[in-house]
Amino acid sequence: MRRFKQFVGFVVLKTSVVVGVLFLFSLIVVIALNGARVLSPGFLLEFPREGMTEGGIFPAIVGTFLLSLGAVGFALPLGVLGAIYLREYAGGGRLVRIIRTGINTLSGVPSVVFGLFGLAVFVKLFGFGVSVLSGSLTLGVLILPVIIRATEEAIEGVPREFREASYALGATKWQTVKGVVLPAALPGILTGAILGVGRAAGETAPILFTAATFYTRHLPGSPFDEVMALPYHIYALMTEGTEPEHQVPIAYGTALVLLLLVLAVNFIAIVIRYRARRARKW
Amino acid sequence: MVREKIVVKDLNLWFGENHVLKGINISIPEKAVTAVMGPSGCGKSSFLRCLNRMNDLIDTARVTGKVLIDGRNIYDDAVDVSLLRRRVGMVFQRPNPFPKSVFDNVAYGLRIHGVRNKGELRERVEEALKDANLWDEVKDRLFGSALELSGGQQQRLCIARALAVRPEIILLDEPASALDPISTAKLEELIEKLKEDYTIVIVTHNIQQAARISDYAAFLMLGELIEFGRTQEIFTAPKDKRTESYLTGRFG
Repeated sequence: MRRFKQFVGFVVLKTSVVVGVLFLFSLIVVIALNGARVLSPGFLLEFPREGMTEGGIFPAIVGTFLLSLGAVGFALPLGVLGAIYLREYAGGGRLVRIIRTGINTLSGVPSVVFGLFGLAVFVKLFGFGVSVLSGSLTLGVLILPVIIRATEEAIEGVPREFREASYALGATKWQTVKGVVLPAALPGILTGAILGVGRAAGETAPILFTAATFYTRHLPGSPFDEVMALPYHIYALMTEGTEPEHQVPIAYGTALVLLLLVLAVNFIAIVIRYRARRARKW
Repeated sequence: MVREKIVVKDLNLWFGENHVLKGINISIPEKAVTAVMGPSGCGKSSFLRCLNRMNDLIDTARVTGKVLIDGRNIYDDAVDVSLLRRRVGMVFQRPNPFPKSVFDNVAYGLRIHGVRNKGELRERVEEALKDANLWDEVKDRLFGSALELSGGQQQRLCIARALAVRPEIILLDEPASALDPISTAKLEELIEKLKEDYTIVIVTHNIQQAARISDYAAFLMLGELIEFGRTQEIFTAPKDKRTESYLTGRFG
């Protein structure tokens, strides 16, 4: 009887894993098979034509690059400096705990809410309009918690011995943070930043009202221009236009490109983390 | 008569409610090796950390009493802790070089204290490495990672790092506890040499090591200083029964 129970338990556990992996795997296969049909150099390098039924997605690729790099350019310095303050200077008081909980909660807020926030603050209040800038800032706010948490964890992982050695030489706190803690935490911070890029690249809702446009004939010439972006392009292809039989394959192709992009970004993060782990001997 | 470099008066240390050091009085002579011995948890490392105010880093630490270095109380409000630690170098139990190059490790303290000139940096780094008996082993790999060195080399690098800022006192917190016998022998040889120029305080729970390298020895137990004197006297004719029991290995 005991053996039988163990057998049942084993089967249940194993089935769960298989089903889970199957879904993941089939997601990749479905997107890849459907998307591969339209994938070609032209698809990556051309502008859309004939009301989105022909041509490529070049401006959307460029737009996604601009938006996610802009987001990290904004969120990385702010997040890193904020995390340094929280971890090194703020102490362990109640206020700090509340702030930290707030940051963690922020990462659970639905992304469309960030979109509305961006519309209210960056588009309207600051008057940046629907633009690369507004979209980058909105995505930046979205990934801020990711970067703060990654930085805090990286800083926490720096062995106490390094700090002590620095203090024992007469270093001040800031000298210690700058000279020892940050360099040692750098791989972790970079990993966080890159994961942030991947997150920002894939989000639709935050750019819906703040940056994205269905179609432009030009690449953005300034930060105040609207821009096309991969996730929004998929959304637009599936919900607008009149020729779904031509648009759906392009949507799958776009999804495949986006998927590959995000996977590539995550892969880079994994490589950095792996190399940093191997190089350090503490 | 030897000159007293460090004079400790009625030193008490608490971590929260925990009374770690109880009324320590001791005078540590200049340019000699003073060993602080005692069973685990007797407060010997905490005592050492009082001498360069490393205990300041622990929020719950509280100190009363005085530690006079060259007659000046280092716990005075006017004392610049950064300058104090520059004068009182420290080497830790486990070698803790920074994950930087050999050169940058030794240059770290110099840069912190404002040495920017490249030529001067190079000279001082070389000097410190030579003083730490490490130069010949690392001169061809100054810009390789310090973490590639052996444990013993790393510990001598940490000594070089401390020497580079030209301290007057060097505190060693069980510096050989993570080293093999050969590395330990090299380290002890180095300490022997360094005492000509520096006042050295070494914490150890290796009794033989204390006997080999120290000129003076202190015995601590449960936060109290039981006995202090010339090493030879402590080892041959301890005045306190507890010291004798410890040295003969009855506990520890």
